[in-house]
Formats: sequence, C-alpha cells, structure tokens
Amino acid sequence: MRLLVAMLFVSTAAPAIAQDHSGHAMPSAQSPAQTECEKEAERHRAMGHSVPEGACAPKAQPTEPAQDGHTGMDHSQMDHSQMDHSQMQGMDHSTMDHAKMEGMDHSAMGHKNTQQPEQTTMDHGAMGHGTMDMTPIPEGAPPAAAGSGPPRAADAIWGADAMRASRNALRTENGGMKVFWFQGDRAEYRAREDSDGYLWDVQSYYGGDTDKFWFKSEGEGAFGEQLESAEIQGLWSHAIGPWWDLQVGVRQDLTGPERTHAVIGVQGLAPYTFELDAAAFLSNKGDLTASVEGELDQRITQRLLLQPRAEVSLSAQDIPELGIGAGLDSVELGLRLRYEIAREFAPYIGVEQEWKVGQSADYARLAGEDPSVTNYVVGVRFWF
Amino acid sequence: MSELLVSRRRLLGAGALGAGALALPAWARGADLHGNESIRPGFDEVSGRDIALTIGEGPRVVQGRRGHAIAVNGSVPGPLVRLKEGQPVRLAVTNTLDEDSSIHWHGLLLPFQFDGVPGVSFPGIKPGETFVYDIPALRQSGTYWWHSHSGLQEQAGHYGPIVVEPAATDPVQADRDYVLLLSEFTPLHPHTIMDKLKKGEGYFNYQQNTWTDDYPLSGEDRRMWARMRMMATDILDVTGSTYTYLANGRGPEEGLEYLFNPGERVRLRIINGSAMTFFNVRIPGVKFWVVGADGQNVRPVEVEEFQIGTAETYDIVVEPTGEARTIIAESMDRSGMAVATLASRPGARASVPPLRDPPLLTMADMGMNHGSGGMDHGGGDMAGMDHSAMGHDMPSQGAAAEPMGGMDMSGMNMRDTSKLPSDVRIGPGIDMVSMNPVDRMGDPGLGLDNVPHKVLNYRDLVALESNDDLRRPSRQMEIHLTGNMERYMWSFDGKKFTAVSDDPIRFAYNERVRVKLVNDTMMAHPIHLHGHFFELVNGAPADRQPQKHTVIVQPGGSATFDLTADEEGDWAFHCHLLYHMHSGMFQIVTVAPRGNQPDVKRVGED
Repeated sequence: MRLLVAMLFVSTAAPAIAQDHSGHAMPSAQSPAQTECEKEAERHRAMGHSVPEGACAPKAQPTEPAQDGHTGMDHSQMDHSQMDHSQMQGMDHSTMDHAKMEGMDHSAMGHKNTQQPEQTTMDHGAMGHGTMDMTPIPEGAPPAAAGSGPPRAADAIWGADAMRASRNALRTENGGMKVFWFQGDRAEYRAREDSDGYLWDVQSYYGGDTDKFWFKSEGEGAFGEQLESAEIQGLWSHAIGPWWDLQVGVRQDLTGPERTHAVIGVQGLAPYTFELDAAAFLSNKGDLTASVEGELDQRITQRLLLQPRAEVSLSAQDIPELGIGAGLDSVELGLRLRYEIAREFAPYIGVEQEWKVGQSADYARLAGEDPSVTNYVVGVRFWF
Repeated sequence: MSELLVSRRRLLGAGALGAGALALPAWARGADLHGNESIRPGFDEVSGRDIALTIGEGPRVVQGRRGHAIAVNGSVPGPLVRLKEGQPVRLAVTNTLDEDSSIHWHGLLLPFQFDGVPGVSFPGIKPGETFVYDIPALRQSGTYWWHSHSGLQEQAGHYGPIVVEPAATDPVQADRDYVLLLSEFTPLHPHTIMDKLKKGEGYFNYQQNTWTDDYPLSGEDRRMWARMRMMATDILDVTGSTYTYLANGRGPEEGLEYLFNPGERVRLRIINGSAMTFFNVRIPGVKFWVVGADGQNVRPVEVEEFQIGTAETYDIVVEPTGEARTIIAESMDRSGMAVATLASRPGARASVPPLRDPPLLTMADMGMNHGSGGMDHGGGDMAGMDHSAMGHDMPSQGAAAEPMGGMDMSGMNMRDTSKLPSDVRIGPGIDMVSMNPVDRMGDPGLGLDNVPHKVLNYRDLVALESNDDLRRPSRQMEIHLTGNMERYMWSFDGKKFTAVSDDPIRFAYNERVRVKLVNDTMMAHPIHLHGHFFELVNGAPADRQPQKHTVIVQPGGSATFDLTADEEGDWAFHCHLLYHMHSGMFQIVTVAPRGNQPDVKRVGED
C-alpha cells in the first residue's frame, strides 16, 4: 500500500484543482457515494494530509461534454472510477509510512476507494449510462479520402527503383516460401519364411503451401533376386481444403511388363488424424486400378510411437500378366513400433501381413507363391 | 563494497529526483566488462544526439550450447538506446553482414520512412552500408525496444531495449530502474526452425498428449481432439526443447541479478523481445504494481503475475524484501524459464520453483465460450464502456477452465465458414472458424485462469493520462486472424501477405476507426501495428482506454481497439510471432497523407 501512496502521479495532480465542482448542482443520485468519499476524505484530513476540495467529485462524461452542462471544463483528468477497488479493500492506513507521504496528492489515489466492489452497490446513475451512446458504430468501406495517397508511400521518398528489390523480398519472405521435403516412410528389412527381402516407400515434395510437385517411389524385392516391384510417381499436388491435397500425374512401373499410368488421387489427414493416400491408376493398356493407404500415429510416450497401417489394392479387371484379379486384389495390415531418436530419425520394428485375395490369390498359387505372407520388419523412418 | 552500494544508491536517488536519468550498473545488465571475441551477453548503453550502431555476427555460447548470433555492437541483446522525450536523434546503423539488414524502432512514433521495415518503409540496409535514421523530436516517453525487420534475424539476437526518458518528471518514481529483456537462444538456424515448423509433426512439442501422460483429459476428450485433427497441447509452436530462455541475454543458470537495498522501490522495465514466446512473469511471494504497458503509463495495478506476449512491454514497480527474490519468466507452455534475481547483495539467491504443469487448450480456445474473468464487471469499471463492443450475446458461463467439461462435442462444426464475413477468403489456409468469438480481453492468458493469485488482464489497464482523441469512431471493421496448424499457414482474413501485397488496409488521415480482431485459430497472436498507438476498448472510460502498440488476441476470441490513423504513410501490421509473420500473417496499413487538412490539436498537446 505504501508503494501506491508514495508514487507521485504528477500528471494527475494538476487537474485536481480544476475538478472543483462546488459551483455545479450535482445529481442527487451521487450523494451516497459522495458521502462515503467525504468520510474517507475526512479521515485523511484527520491524519494530517491535505485533501483538496472536490477530490470526491463524481466522474464526468468526457465523451459527451456538451450534454452534461459542464462545457469547457477539463473532465478528462477526473475519472477516479477506474481504481481497482478490489485491491484496495481492507487497506490498513495504520501501517502507512507517513514519513514518506509529504506532499502526497490524495486526488491521484482515487478517493472512491471506500466504495464496495460488489456490483450490486454500483450506482449506475452516477456512471452515466444514460448518456452513453448505444447506437452501433457503422461498418463500411473506408471513406474516399483513404485512397487519396500514393499506393506505395515509400516510393515517393526513396524511389520506386530503390524499393523494388525489398518489396519483392518482403512478399517472398512473408508467406511465399517454398519447402523441400523428403521422407522415407518405410525403409526396411523384411524377414519372412522363404527368402528375406527389403522394401522402400519414400515420398518427397517441393513447393509452396497450395501447389507442390510431389514425388513418390515404392518397391520391394528379395535378396539375391530381381526386384519384385518398383514404381515412381511424379504428381502435381494442389491443396483443396485445410487437410487435403488433390494429386494428379504419372506413374511409371520399373519392373514387369512395361506400364505407364495416369494418376489421380487425394492425400491428407482424415478426422482422428489418420494419414490417408488414395489414388486411382489408368494404365496405357487401359487397365484401371486403385489403392488406399492409411496410417495412424499413436504416441505411447513423447518419443515412442505405435503405428497401425493398412493398404488395400483394387482392380476393375483381371490383369493376368500382372497377377491381378478383378475386385479386391490385396490387403496389407502392419503394426510398427518406432522410437524417435530425433523427430527426423526413428528406427522401428514391426510386423506386416499381406494377403492376395480372390482371383489374385489364385494367380499367386498358380505361380507357386503363397498368397499369404507374414513379414517381420526392421527399418527406419526418416525425413529431412 | 557496501560503501560503493551506498554511493551508487545516492547517485540513483539523485537521478530520480532530477530528470530521472538512472544509470544502469553494468553488471545488472549483464554487460561483460572484459571484451572478448565471441558475442557478449547483456548490453551497453548508447545515448546522445548521434548514436552509432553496428550490426555484426559471430559465435555465441549460452550455458554450453553453441550457436550463431547476429549482434549489434557486439552483444545480445544489443545496446540500450536511451533517448529523451522532446529531443531529436540520429541513429547511424552500419550493416557488416553479408545480407540486408534493418532496425525497426518498436513503439516509437516517427516518420514512416524511418520505421525500418524493408519493403514497406525503406529499402533496407545493404551489406557494408550505413543508414541514418533521422528521427525528429520524440513525442513520447517510456519503455520500448528495437529489432531487425529483415528475414528471421531477430531470432538470432538482433534486438535491444529502448528507454525514452520523459521531458517532465516521471510519474513513476523508484530508487532503481532496471531493464529486463526476455528472449530466446537456440543453436538452430532460424531458417531451420521455419523449415521444421512447415514440415510439422509437432516438431518442437515434447509435451504432447500420449497414452502415458498425466493430462486431465478423458478418453472422450482425447477422441474429440483427434477428430478435430488438433492438439490440446499445442500451446507454443517453438518450445524449450530447442530454446534456452534468456534474461538480458543470459540463460537461467547464468545468474542475472539486480541489486537492491531493503526498503527500496525497484522499477523493472520488462520487454518481451523473443521471437515466439509468451512468458508468465512472476516474483514468487511478492506482489508488485504494473505501472506501464507498451511504454504508456497506466494506473498502478497490484498483481502477482502477468503474461507478456511477444513484443509487449510492461513496467512494474516492486519493493522486494528479504535477502533475495527470484524473478521467473516461464514460457507459456511451461517448457522452460528465464530467471533473474533481485539480490540484496551480490550472489544472494532465492529458491527457483520448478516449472508448473503445462496447460491445455480449453473450450474457450475453440471459440465456444469465454475465458474466466471475461465477465468480471466488478469494481465499477464499466463506466464509459461501449456495450456494443462487448458482445452481450455471451453464452452462459462455466466450463471454460475445464479442458472439455464433458460436453458432447459430436455434430459440432469447427469450421463453419458461413460465419465468416465475405471479405475473408475461404480456402486451405483456414482450418477453424471460431463459433462464438467473444471478447476475451478479460482473460489473463493461457494457463493462468486458475492460479490462486491475481493475474493481470487487459481490463485492468487504465491509462494514467487522458487520451488525446475522444471522438467516437466513425466506422468499425473486423479483421480475422486465420491459420492452418497442419500446413503452418497464417494470415489475416484468409489471405497471406503474398496475396494482398498490393492491397493494403487503408485509412483516411485522422480517421478514427474501431477495429475488432477475431481469432479463428487456437493460438494466441500478439498483433502489432507500427507507428501508432491504439486504445484497447477494454471497458475503461473512453478517455482512459489504455494505449498499446501490440495486443494479444486470445484463441477463439476477439479483441477490439480504437485507432486514430494520424501517422501518414505505409506501416507494417502483423502477428509478432516471428514464424507466423514469416508464414504470411502480415499486412500493410496505409494512412492517407494529411494533405491540406489542419493538424489536429488534441487534449494534452501543446
């Protein structure tokens, strides 16, 4: 408390003299508060401090000076109603360091501090709600004068040529940045019944927030044998919503019969934070296929994550030379447990089960393969 | 030693009685008196009619962590620029970097061409060039700061404090007068941080909800957040996982201390010069008075804690007791803290409390309710309040402080774009629309609505002196703060600066406008307008609405200010979270030239 008292608010000191309302008729509604205030002022006077007359004067309405009949008076300095009354309750004047109070200006202290903070005791009449302008401020376009200046004020001072480079840089810097990202979502060793194998599943983009060039590649094989499958995709990716990108482009198969596909798909984040990648492929042989991949990161701790993963492949027709049957072609279900040594580098272990389904399973059996394969995987997920 | 202290105290006292020129002891600012080649922590002081500043770079070590710093006059923070109200100053800034640089004088009223924003106010300072900011007689006093407005240099250490001494006697009298500039150190290059934020995955957040966390979230709460594709723990984008929080350039273990003698009043000028951090500032066990906000005097408010947004400043007065008191500036997500000590003798220390539990976003932060304190109408501070700005259609209270309150959230549309005005561009850059954006200026800030002591909020702020423009605004406008957490896109009205660089926000000269900022994101944004002070429409009487240069808009809520657009030229207007600005949350405000209009004489002007 002593602190507040000892702080000199010189800026409010001077107008205290100008606050003398004794010549004005005060609304009667204000008298209770005034009485309280006067009592407080009396206590202060009894303590030997000077309390200027009018220190208890009510707050005026500075926004409407013409309406309250106080025209010409400087009311702007008078408002005492803003003192934080709740903080001043129970103020113990007996502990005040009077030695430091010489020359203290009580007017700056807000003598309405004896007023109870409860809203129920608030005198709305004294607060001047009646004179408050309640009509809404209109919304609207800026006035014509707002457009009266040059479009680029700095050009008039430094010259348009001098400003050009920094203007362009500013635009690029504040929202125009492009990002390069490369992710190895799965790069793994796969242990299974016959010969162990490997798999990669990588993607990368370069671009801005809305439009990106997207690159994807996936492939797998068994050690000591030829690649089983491999493909690359080049896509233009366009943001179509907060969480979804539309992707259109080309896929090239690198193994098996020569195939090039047109690609259309969506990639993004579904509710419950499923990461989804769904695409349809139309090959240069007229075959239509599709795939849907989904992953969900479940945090066990801040660095340990469990990731269920599912992938479903579909086909509109039998493609015997590729071992694909019409309808549901294959299903993969995986579960990977990874540890983020850094966000960018997370080794994992897991298990993945693949099933060839329906006609595709028959094709596999005809080729002497097992349509159901279980892989135990060790790998690393990384990005930069 | 004690003799020295006494004489210094006398000196300080004499200064306080005179022009208020308080010489800061070098050790209190953390200035290293023995120069060496690496960047020093703390700062020197520069003053006078002509001031020379040199932007350089070098290695920096904070508590054993090494990084690269951009420093002005060889220290981080750079020198305290001490100016005087009513006097002009020439600041010659030399850029020795191999890239463009700049200095923006944050909070100073000056001709726009010296405001220091490359591409808006001037071309920037080329490598090897010296630029002279020729600033006419200063029209203000108080606590401010300066920083680079080029690229991401501010993160690397390119900032420092400004104190403008008042021409008349300072209404705030204290025995000691110290600057506490809060910031961050990171060994990462700022562009690396930007890159990681863009690539996502909550890169810097190691307080995420997991299967094993202690957060008071029910399974239903967790599923609801997951369904929204958002995280209740998304409090700050960049955290103590990379930042060491700094007090005058010093880490918490590096022992910044401010000396005092028992019984003295200490003024602390607290500046948030960080790039990305809201701080909760407190001195455990001590109440103190907030006497200034953004350099402007306010009626003293007694509090025990306040949250300070990036780029804000608060002046406090404290009368410490005991041998020592700890000043804690805890990051809003409670992943780290900056620490300083009020010490009655060199080396005296008080205990440092542990970090409090990290907060969670609440329903209010989704725009579904208002924060507690939002309806605090006690104390009679409703006088002069404009009810139209307060949103009297507030929903019933309650549940705000509960993480979810067990409400059934199914069927709610978190992105009802029909609620947006027509000038908001709806697209991938908006992932949320606040359902009921109520005025949240009575909110103490994320995580502080349930602490057992008084915390400052904007409705506590009342200007000490009368404002100079008492006109009722002639129009009002709404600006929406928009974003997409997942893509790390941030913008005003759904339009990144790249989309509106030739389409500024225009004001007529001397036009008085009420501006409502609506936050359609779940992050708090400190919004800064260059070259002006605006008045918070916070329930204070019209002539005492507090003047600020930066206002925090709480998540899902709104904040409203009255602006007199009387500084002609082009001015930057942006979120002061550095990487939000860099992602597009930036605009230009154009104030039309005065032309033939008379210069308006106002209350308080000579």
